[in-house]
Amino acid sequence: MRHIISVMLENEAGALSRVAGLFSARGFNIESLTVAATNDPTLSRMTIVSVGDDNIIEQIVKQLEKLIDVVKVIDLTATEHVERELLLVKIDVNPNTQADIDRQIDQFSGKIIDVSEDTYLIEVAGQSKKINEFLDSLDASKILEVSRTGVTGVCQKRED
Amino acid sequence: MKLNGAQILVDCLKSEGVKHIFGYPGGAVLHIYDALNVCTVIDHILVRHEQGAVHAADGYARTSGKCGVALVTSGPGLTNAVTGIATAFTDSIPMVVVSGQVPSPVIGSDAFQEVDAVGITRSCVKHNFLVKNADDIAETVKKAFYIATTGRPGPVLIDITKDATIAEIEYEGYPQTIKMRSYQPEVQVDAEQIKKAIAIIEKAKKPIIYSGGGSVIGNASKALTTLTHNTGFPITQTLMGLGAFPATDKQSLGMLGMHGTYESNMAMHDSDCIIAVGARFDDRITGNLEKFCPYAKIIHIDIDPSTIGKVVGVDVSIIGQVNDVLQALIQSLDTKKLENIDSWWKQINDWRSVDSMAYRTKQGVIKPQTVIETLYEVTKGEAIVTSDVGQHQMWAAQYYPFDKPRRWINSGGLGTMGFGLPAAMGAKLADPDRDVACVTGDGSIQMMLQELSTMLQYHTPVKIININNGYLGMVRQWQEFFYDKRYSMSYMDALPDFVKLAESYGHIGIKVEKETDLKPALIEAFKQKDRTVFIDILTDPTENVFPMIPSGAGHHEMLLAGRDEMASTNDSGLNLV
Repeated sequence: MRHIISVMLENEAGALSRVAGLFSARGFNIESLTVAATNDPTLSRMTIVSVGDDNIIEQIVKQLEKLIDVVKVIDLTATEHVERELLLVKIDVNPNTQADIDRQIDQFSGKIIDVSEDTYLIEVAGQSKKINEFLDSLDASKILEVSRTGVTGVCQKRED
Repeated sequence: MKLNGAQILVDCLKSEGVKHIFGYPGGAVLHIYDALNVCTVIDHILVRHEQGAVHAADGYARTSGKCGVALVTSGPGLTNAVTGIATAFTDSIPMVVVSGQVPSPVIGSDAFQEVDAVGITRSCVKHNFLVKNADDIAETVKKAFYIATTGRPGPVLIDITKDATIAEIEYEGYPQTIKMRSYQPEVQVDAEQIKKAIAIIEKAKKPIIYSGGGSVIGNASKALTTLTHNTGFPITQTLMGLGAFPATDKQSLGMLGMHGTYESNMAMHDSDCIIAVGARFDDRITGNLEKFCPYAKIIHIDIDPSTIGKVVGVDVSIIGQVNDVLQALIQSLDTKKLENIDSWWKQINDWRSVDSMAYRTKQGVIKPQTVIETLYEVTKGEAIVTSDVGQHQMWAAQYYPFDKPRRWINSGGLGTMGFGLPAAMGAKLADPDRDVACVTGDGSIQMMLQELSTMLQYHTPVKIININNGYLGMVRQWQEFFYDKRYSMSYMDALPDFVKLAESYGHIGIKVEKETDLKPALIEAFKQKDRTVFIDILTDPTENVFPMIPSGAGHHEMLLAGRDEMASTNDSGLNLV
């Protein structure tokens, strides 16, 4: 099962590689990983999407908690949470396909953020599932470049 | 007070109560060595190879229970130390390793003797630090010792750039306390979990205590003994746990696992309640997981939550210092409520009567088992025994019954050949009045021979018991059993004359070729209180370690000497190590 694991860790050099190293050393899977500082400049938040059965996810959480730089680990999937991902995609457009594409962008609440003679640069934010669906809705042969941020997320309720 | 970074580092180590440092100088640590040179409180042991420094610090830590300290230079100094660090990490040994690093302005420029020390060691340390400012040294050292010695202990590396050791700053003294929001090793034992465990224990008709290295490292020997005596339960111990409970006590079934006793493994297999104490269900213990303890409810006591459920699912987990948890169990347990286990003991005694440790002697050949038994006799079971890795390690564990913790020093988890000799040196420095024996083999000893030189310089007299069979015996044994006797690269055709070798290092060498000479030689060796004696004993080259659970088999599928001269395995077993 897919899990979104949120990790608060000391904003120190090497902290990211400790987490990344843990995943490769123990053979855990990473679908995506995002990291940035928080409102507290000494803390970073890392959001990891991983796939595994309950035992593996339990091990991932425990091994993360064991890292000295890690302050807190939350399995967001186990709580009410919001997840978002940002997609930037560049596609070929021509007068024949333009209307269709405009409609799709509209349907997925995307934005055209740059237009050239024959390309669109489109931005779509949302759950990963939505982004997958949007990409699926496009003609694959027209996609020039895809860049996804990976998932970030938070619990909906106030954390203690 | 204005001090340079190196002087601050030495003051910090002094404040931590460090008495011995094992190390080797080099360019990046010259300032530190300059500061150490004028320090009268700390003895520095100049080893001959950095791996030896870390193993010696490790042996020192295992014997004394204190934090071991090693000091190495950048680049190759650090990479040589890595095997030692990984050895300590796998066995959860408290240790601080200080390594020099190139000056911070040239980090990343492929400078002379530069390696990414924190990168290389990341996966084999409990934590590591790169210190680039003299201002950060004191707090980092405090954190390093705190992390290394608390919770589940482990090695911590402090990599210090040369410029940080040179810079002069105002030093305000070593911090008294340290608090880290991301590391809180103190754990309160959960009373609910104790209750749940006791409910299982009270119903147990075939209970067994399975105790591991955590009972030794966690200084829980007394509590473990009390619990075992109060309950009357049988107890088996892992290779790492030997000595926490006295081996000569009648409730002790001996070691379990791949080369454990028949009674231990059969009891584990048939048990309905296993109390795992500071043990981690290593593959050398469990054998085939699908066949592991099919009838048992498992109670798992450990300081490290990540060991719970990592290998084997458990029914009740109790997180905490092993000693605290055992105390809580002792206090909460009403022994009157326990089931009568007489029939369980009868069954166990039947298994015992198989006498799985029996071995056949042969006229004119010295059996390695006899060597260990004689060592036990001559030292009256009171020596500290270190070992290297291989057959001799198993025989030492099997035939030298340890009644006290911290007497059996071996690389159990990583299985590092070369560990025994430097570890013996560290053990002797930690406990100078006690006899120290290094049980080794002709393969292992050659991996750290150079430390014989250090041992002369620092006067650490140990007795080296070389089980010399001309083979890498454990490799040969597996090749005999599982590779149709294709002995690929397991025979050493050109061994040195160990007697002359020992003599050339300034020690005493004795060669033993006849069984009748064995005991007199050992007695003579241990009489030489102030000398290191290398006893080279030619043993039966064909002897194998029995009993044995071959890879892929379960606890109840043991092979016994005499009954099963040849072990075999299946494909899935061969895929294991």
